[in-house]
Amino acid sequence: MLDNRAETPRVHRLVLDVPGWPGHLPGQHVDVRLTGEDGYTAERSYSLASPPEVPLLHLLVERLDDGEVSPYLTDEVRRDDAFELRGPIGGWFVWSVSADRADREAARRPVQLVAGGAGVSPFVAMLDHHRRLDSPTRMQLLYSARTQEEVLGRDVLGPETTVTLTRQAPEGWHGETGRIDAGMLERRTFAPAERPRTYVCGPTVFAEAVATALVGLGHDPSAIRIERFGSAGESS
Amino acid sequence: MSVLSRGFGRGRARPADDRLPPGQYDAGRDFPVLSAGPTPHTPLAQWDLAVDDGTDALQRWSWAEFRDLPHEAVTVDIHCVTKWSKFGTRWEGVAVDRLLQDVPTTATHVLATSDGGYTTNVPLADLTGGRAWVVDTYEGEPLAPEHGGPARLLVPHLYFWKSAKWLRRLTLLHHDQPGFWETFGYHLYGDPWREQRYSGD
Amino acid sequence: MTDTTDPVSARRLDGNAAGGPLAALFAVDVTAARSRCAACGSTSALGEHLVYADAPAMVVRCPTCTEVVLRVASREGRMLLDLSGAALLTVPMPVVADDT
Repeated sequence: MLDNRAETPRVHRLVLDVPGWPGHLPGQHVDVRLTGEDGYTAERSYSLASPPEVPLLHLLVERLDDGEVSPYLTDEVRRDDAFELRGPIGGWFVWSVSADRADREAARRPVQLVAGGAGVSPFVAMLDHHRRLDSPTRMQLLYSARTQEEVLGRDVLGPETTVTLTRQAPEGWHGETGRIDAGMLERRTFAPAERPRTYVCGPTVFAEAVATALVGLGHDPSAIRIERFGSAGESS
Repeated sequence: MSVLSRGFGRGRARPADDRLPPGQYDAGRDFPVLSAGPTPHTPLAQWDLAVDDGTDALQRWSWAEFRDLPHEAVTVDIHCVTKWSKFGTRWEGVAVDRLLQDVPTTATHVLATSDGGYTTNVPLADLTGGRAWVVDTYEGEPLAPEHGGPARLLVPHLYFWKSAKWLRRLTLLHHDQPGFWETFGYHLYGDPWREQRYSGD
Repeated sequence: MTDTTDPVSARRLDGNAAGGPLAALFAVDVTAARSRCAACGSTSALGEHLVYADAPAMVVRCPTCTEVVLRVASREGRMLLDLSGAALLTVPMPVVADDT
């Protein structure tokens, strides 16, 4: 662990040095395992927020109040601490410039990303990778955060991103507010006629509701990939 | 070889407590919900509980009929194979003895089947003699769906995976038929006091 | 999609979460593998399957019929894998660059 700092009031960015890291694809995750002195272990999955072009791994960890693992990672872990990591994991919920170069047919279809809260993590990796390699693929992000100060990945997000604030918007905010629903999806995402390749990531209830709404708007369900983060409270 | 995470730990004191079977800890006020599948929501008008022999239904109760059966209040400790135990849980339900009282049988074992397809096997002797109930009330309230409502089996002297949620059928058999977890390496009997978690224990 | 209004549904995951546990047994990523359900015959990517990851094991279910497709668990010194719900797994194999 090289660096652990608060990115927003609830989310820390952990920067990890993993010797021998084989590289990864944007969208992949790692499984973190913590082992206590009594032998008790706990594992959690975290999406890689850094693109493969960055040699250190970045994780965005949201501190869940009744969590077993996240408060340890955000509050306890210090520079030079070590823990076990398995990864990179995943070959389905991924997007990369090289894949689009290899499949021109798919590359003509725009990529739509829809994120709820910390679910934006894999998309920060995708957008960062997309920008560094100057990809011609059209890519947009619709991102739901509670408040402006809880928006993650601000150094990466640009004009391709629409943020909606669900709990409180600052004075003078002219952007979207409220939860992502069918109306907002219709206004702010690629239309079904453009046959977007869609990725949805966030808490399970959020992700399933968004996917259902997209299908209701006429999107092809087989073109929607979902990564569920479970519920807002940590599971055992 | 594990990397120890400095300062990580459950921080749970493990006092010697003879109410705790080996390897367990007291969950206190928590009642973890552990599910292997989606929560069923059978409408009560369609719900029934049956006792059968694998071929013929021997007894069947609709929800109204089940609610009319004599219910007992029981307070028991429960022990989950995932190591949490919970003391003094309060339930109300019908003793399995009562469900079987008009069912003459030479069966030795029972396979319990739930909505959603979950199954678990228990020797008949472990469901009778006042050791098991089909319960529909927890802590004075109707049993919530995520905890197995409308009715679940309760067999507190065995690991809690034997207390099948969303119970619909008790099948009387002359052999021990491994259920959902038993076919995945879990112990056929499951006595927490002998720490029979996995087959081979 | 099944009901998402109860705490069990809110905690369910998807096949992406199975990638890590299965990585110990499979030489390549399986989240992109397509699985044909032994119960209903429908085929979809493992990443699209529903996953119930509470102990005692990880249970992967068909997104079409919700029957169990596979179960995986690891214990002291061994792993258990029940694939009986997967009639056929088609796993994309990465093209390995030839060094010569």
